[in-house]
Parts: sequence; structure tokens; C-alpha cells
Amino acid sequence: MDLLNAVVALSNFVLIPAIAYGSQLALGALGVTLVYGILRFSNFAHGDTMAIGTMVTVLFTWWFQSMGLSLGPVPTALLALPFGIAGCALLLLGTDRLVYRFYRAQKANPVILVIVSMGVMFIYNGITRIVIGPDDQRFADGARFLISVGDFRKATGLEEGLAIRTTQAVTVVTAVIVVAALFWFLNRTRTGKSMRAFSDNEDLALLSGISPERVVTVTWLLVAGLATIAGVLYGLDKSFKPFTYFQLLLPIFAAAIVGGLGSPLGAIAGGFVIAFSEVTVTYAWKKVLGYLTPDGWEPDGLVQLLSTDYKFAVSFMILVVVLLFRPTGLFRGKSV
Amino acid sequence: MSEPVRNAGLFGIVALLILGTGVLQSWNSALFILNFGLVSAIMALGVNLQWGFAGLFNVGVMGFVALGGLASVLVSMPPVGAAWSAGGLRILAGLALGAVSIAAAIAAWRLLAPGRVRAVAMVAILILGFVLFRAVLDPGVAAVESVDASTTGYLGGLGLPILLAWPAGGLLAAGAAWVIGKTALGLRSDYLAIATLGIAEIVIAVMKNEDWLARGVKNVIGLPRPVPYEIDLQRSSAFVERADALGIDPVTASGLWVKLLYGGLFAVVLAIVFVLAQLALHSPWGRMMRAIRDNEVAARAMGKDVTRRHLQVFVLGSAVCGLAGAMMTTLDGQLTPTTYQPLRYTFLIWVMVIVGGSGSNLGAVLGGFLIWFLWVQVEPLGQLVMSLATSGMSDASPLKSHLLDSVAHMRLLTMGVVLLLVLRFSPRGLIPEK
Repeated sequence: MDLLNAVVALSNFVLIPAIAYGSQLALGALGVTLVYGILRFSNFAHGDTMAIGTMVTVLFTWWFQSMGLSLGPVPTALLALPFGIAGCALLLLGTDRLVYRFYRAQKANPVILVIVSMGVMFIYNGITRIVIGPDDQRFADGARFLISVGDFRKATGLEEGLAIRTTQAVTVVTAVIVVAALFWFLNRTRTGKSMRAFSDNEDLALLSGISPERVVTVTWLLVAGLATIAGVLYGLDKSFKPFTYFQLLLPIFAAAIVGGLGSPLGAIAGGFVIAFSEVTVTYAWKKVLGYLTPDGWEPDGLVQLLSTDYKFAVSFMILVVVLLFRPTGLFRGKSV
Repeated sequence: MSEPVRNAGLFGIVALLILGTGVLQSWNSALFILNFGLVSAIMALGVNLQWGFAGLFNVGVMGFVALGGLASVLVSMPPVGAAWSAGGLRILAGLALGAVSIAAAIAAWRLLAPGRVRAVAMVAILILGFVLFRAVLDPGVAAVESVDASTTGYLGGLGLPILLAWPAGGLLAAGAAWVIGKTALGLRSDYLAIATLGIAEIVIAVMKNEDWLARGVKNVIGLPRPVPYEIDLQRSSAFVERADALGIDPVTASGLWVKLLYGGLFAVVLAIVFVLAQLALHSPWGRMMRAIRDNEVAARAMGKDVTRRHLQVFVLGSAVCGLAGAMMTTLDGQLTPTTYQPLRYTFLIWVMVIVGGSGSNLGAVLGGFLIWFLWVQVEPLGQLVMSLATSGMSDASPLKSHLLDSVAHMRLLTMGVVLLLVLRFSPRGLIPEK
């Protein structure tokens, strides 16, 4: 019985939150990795791209809510999601036309593009704050729990409860669908294949008649979709605050680099590695250990390796360790 | 137009902007802009050393600036005796243990033959070290933090004059930069960027959470000053007489005088750093750095130790940022870890360097002043534009109040636009590298 309780407590506080967070990070890292693979620079504006996509979604969600539209137990935000993606895509394509295309034509050094993306980051950040303000916004609605602690206790008779929030379930289901669709697109469709060819060897791809502008446009569309979905899922699960999204840049980049920049599979693996380490290192293990150790042996302290405020340190440490021992990441990424 | 004339003209414009602020707004805000402009110029010189000279992409400026701020607390605040006797030595012992276990792990990695044994040994040393570290450190931290938590609850500093904190800030930042450089400099440029971004966040997290160090988010206020206090000036009859002779109200005069004194001190530091940076740029060392930046492979083939030179310039540049950070905290008179925001302390400095002209020290100084001026003045200007634009709307309209509120965030947008425009139309900056 104690063992079961320990497993339930572990799932409730570590596994489920980490899976949800990992899915969000993986989607974010996929966007970073796509830009890196096709456009060949590290996009510092990615966090703020997520923020803008989420912001548009939040605005549409509020509008739908005011009209009384709803999806029942599922958050209304999912209904607004396509509009958020469309808004984000328009913005990204506009940015590409106005800003990035010039440097692409020049074949500018990648590091210049990184600095350019810093400028774009400032602008997106400013737009988000001007339109929706710097404060926390909540936009989740619908049923709060898929399984609540009370129901679980009643059904199983265990001491520990297990809760699955609707947002967590929505996150995982959406992430699985999006990733499956993305891989199908990259591996099976003509456009997807041309994107991978472009990423592997630009000159050969150009020789075989692949239109670079088309590849770039499709990439930005995919990035808009991935960034907005990742942002909205994160916002539903926690809350929407522009500055938090900017800070997500670090774990997302860590995920993309740990997996190997340019490798989509790596981005997903990296996202989960980072999320699980963050959650396990900052979780207070007292409860779980209490169930597992014999009576009288329970630990006195919280058995928390690091306080939650150090979660950045965790993604950073993993990043450094991977880079020191396997510099191209777990899945052999590329380097420009 | 010859180059010196053009440069003088650019600096003249900045001087006019600051003087204009004095005439149109108030001399207090003009001096505020001047003082922070001086500090920003020093930070920009530090980033220029790394990026302009050597092409190192450091986006962790905020971390080094914050370390400088930490140094000013550690040097200048009086030591808290009760806290030291409660657990000071224990904390030091814990930190030493942590350092020893990391060193032991590195030694094990170097000395043992590659294989499973080595990996297991290293991990075992690290885990054991961490457990010991926490076991020794935690009770010490709890003891120190419980000493009069509302006013102290930390170890305090050394109680030395705060001017000593400026070089100390540089040293602290340099030490941190050495550790980071040792691990991250061999990597590709964007990896270094992400690594420094992470370090900066960690430095801030440590400063927010380790209350025993500098009170965390409870802030350390009332740092000692290198210049007299306004209230003492107002009490001194000599000062009041002189103020009266100039026809200025003593209260205003004391504020201006204090700011001027700070400005003088900062200007001296800026002049020293600038001259040193110029000398470095034109020395054989500077030429070598630029050769490495422009073609690493060729420089390596010529027998230059690229990694060592990178480490050197990374440490130097970070030290300059730390120095500036200590100066800024001195000017503020308090350490508030929550005010360190990456957009303000990392990316804004980058805008200064790029707009001024990467690789040019004069450009970095100009960029420091100009961008700081814009950063401060965009808000009142935006306010003016917005209130004109919304003057037709009724006061009750929610859109109007929203638009007026949003002015506060205009500066981010402006900085992004300025950066992109300079990169597009004048990629070498206002004062290009020769």
C-alpha cells in the first residue's frame, strides 16, 4: 500500500507536471530548432514570438467568452488558437519580409542575424506589453480537473490523491497531435522533404530546383504554429505573463541544444530531459521517501535538492554537461 | 567632413541633448541622465572589449553587473557580528567544501583513465560533495538568517570605504567570468551566448534567494557613500552661503552638487577605462585580438593561442562590466536584486555597442550616452505624442486610458526599431571601427 501511495504521490507531483511542462518545452524547442535548421541562426525572439501568438489567442478567447461561445469542459482558448496562429504567422511573415530577408540575400554572418533577432525581440516585447500590458492574465476556463484528488481517493481508497488538470491533459493530447502532424509533414510531403533537403545542404537543394523563399515561408508558418501552440498550452497550464515567456527562452534553448540544434527529434527529447530534471531537482521528496522508507526512518528535512527559484540553474547545468561531453547534443545536431 | 569633426559633432549633439534636458525639464534629470550615461558608457566599453575586439557573444552582461552590485554590499556594509558568530564560519566551511568537491571531481576526471570507473567516481564525488555541502551549509544559513531578520539577517560586509568596492566589483565579475570562460569558451558562438544568458539568470537567482549573502529580495539599503549627504550640506553654513550667492535654493543645490560629485568620480573612471581600452586596441595585443576575430583559423595557424586569448578578453570585459555595476549600485545607494532585468542590463547595453559602432571605443561611449538618453526620454516624449493623439477622445474612454498607460512600454519598441535601423542602414555604427 505504501508503495502504491509513493507511486501516486510521485505521479501527482513529478511525473504529470513534468510531462505537461516537457510537452510545452518540446513544442517551443521544435520552433527554435526549425529556425536554426532552415534559416541558420539562433532566434532570440522566440520567447516573445510565443508571447505574441498567445496574446492574440487570449484576446480572441476573451471575445469568444464575451459572446458566450464555449467548448464545454475544454478551454475556449482552443477555439481561439487558429486565430492566434494566424495572427502570429502574419507577424512573422511581415518581420521576415521587412527584416530578415535583407540579411538572407546578403548571406550575412549568422551572428549578425542573432543580433537582428535581438532587435525583433525588443519590438515584439514592446508590442505585447503595449497591447495587453505586462501583468498576469488568466484565460483558462472549462472544467478544472479531469480527475480530482477527491474522486481519485474515493475510487481507489488510497491515502494519496492524484489530480489531472484539464489543461495538463489538453497539453499532452495537443502536443502528441502536433508532433505527429509535424513529423508526417516533414517526412512524407513534398514540401517537408524539400525543407529537410534545404536544411541538410542548401546549395544542393537550390540546384535541384527548390525555391528557397517558399521553404522559408513554410518554415515561418510552422514556427508560428508551434510557438503559438506552445505558448497557449503553457499559458493555460500556468498563466500568461509576457516576462515569463521571455524567460522561457533559456529552458527552450537548453532543450534544443541538448537534443542537438537542427534535429526535431532531439528537440522533443531535450524538452523532456530539461522538464524532468527541473521538476525532480526542485521537488521536495519528503513525502515520497516517507512512504518508501521503513517506519521511523522518514527524513527530517524536505529533501529538496534545490529551491524552485533555481530551476534556471538546472536547465543550465544540463546544458553545460551535455555540451562538455557531447558538444553537438544528444541527437547529433548541426553547426553553422 | 573629416572624421574628428564628425565625431566631435556627434558628441556635441549628445551634450546638447543633455543640456536641453536641463533647460527644458530640470537640471536634476539632466544630471541623472549624465551619471547613468557615464556608467552605461563604461558597460558598453566592457561589452565592446568582448564583442568588438574579439567577437565574443556575451549576453550575460546583467550577471556581471549584478556581481559588481553585490561587491559593493560585501565591501562597504558594516559586518554583522552576531550573524558571524551564529554561523558565519559554518557557511564559509560549507562553501569551501563545495569548491573542494568540484575540484576533486575535476581532478578525478583528469587523473583516472577513461572508462566506467572514472564516470562513476566523478558522479560519486559530486553526489557526496553535494550532500556534505548542504549538511554543513544549511544550518549555518538558517542561523545567520534568523539573526534580527527584519534589519540584518545577513553576514554584512567588510565595512571598508565604498570606493574600494569598485575594483572589488571588477574582480568578482572577473572571477566569475574566468569560471564561465573555462567551461564555455571552447564552444561555438551561439552556445556561449546561451551559456552566458543562463549564468546571468543564475547570478540573479542566487542574489534573490541567498538571504545570508545580501538579504535577497529584502534588499540592502543605505549603502555608505563616497560623497557627502544632502542633509549635511544643507546644514553646513558655508554651503548654504555659496548656494545663496549663486541664487539657488540650498535644498536643490545640495542635490545637484551631490550628483555633480558622482558625475566627476564616474567621469574619472570612464576616462581611465577609455584610455586603457584605446591603448589596448592599438597595441600589438589589440591587433592580435582583431586578427583572431576576423580569421580564427589563420590566427591559430600563426601560432596564436586562440582559446587563451578569448579567455583573457572575456575576463577583462566582464571585469569592466562588474566595475560599472558596482558604481551603479553606489549611485543608487541600495542593492535591489529584483531590478535586474535582462532587457535593461544586457540587451540595452548591446544596443549601445551596436549603435555606437562595434570595435570602436569612442563609438561605445557615444552609444552609451545616446541610447541611455533615448531610454529615459522616450517615455515623456511618448506621453506627449499619445496625449496629443488621444486629445480628441473622451476622458472616459477605456481606449484612451489604455493608450496612455501603454506609453511606459514604448521604450522597448523604440530600442528595437533603433537597433534594426542601425543594423540595416549603418551596420558599422555611428562611429565605425577604423
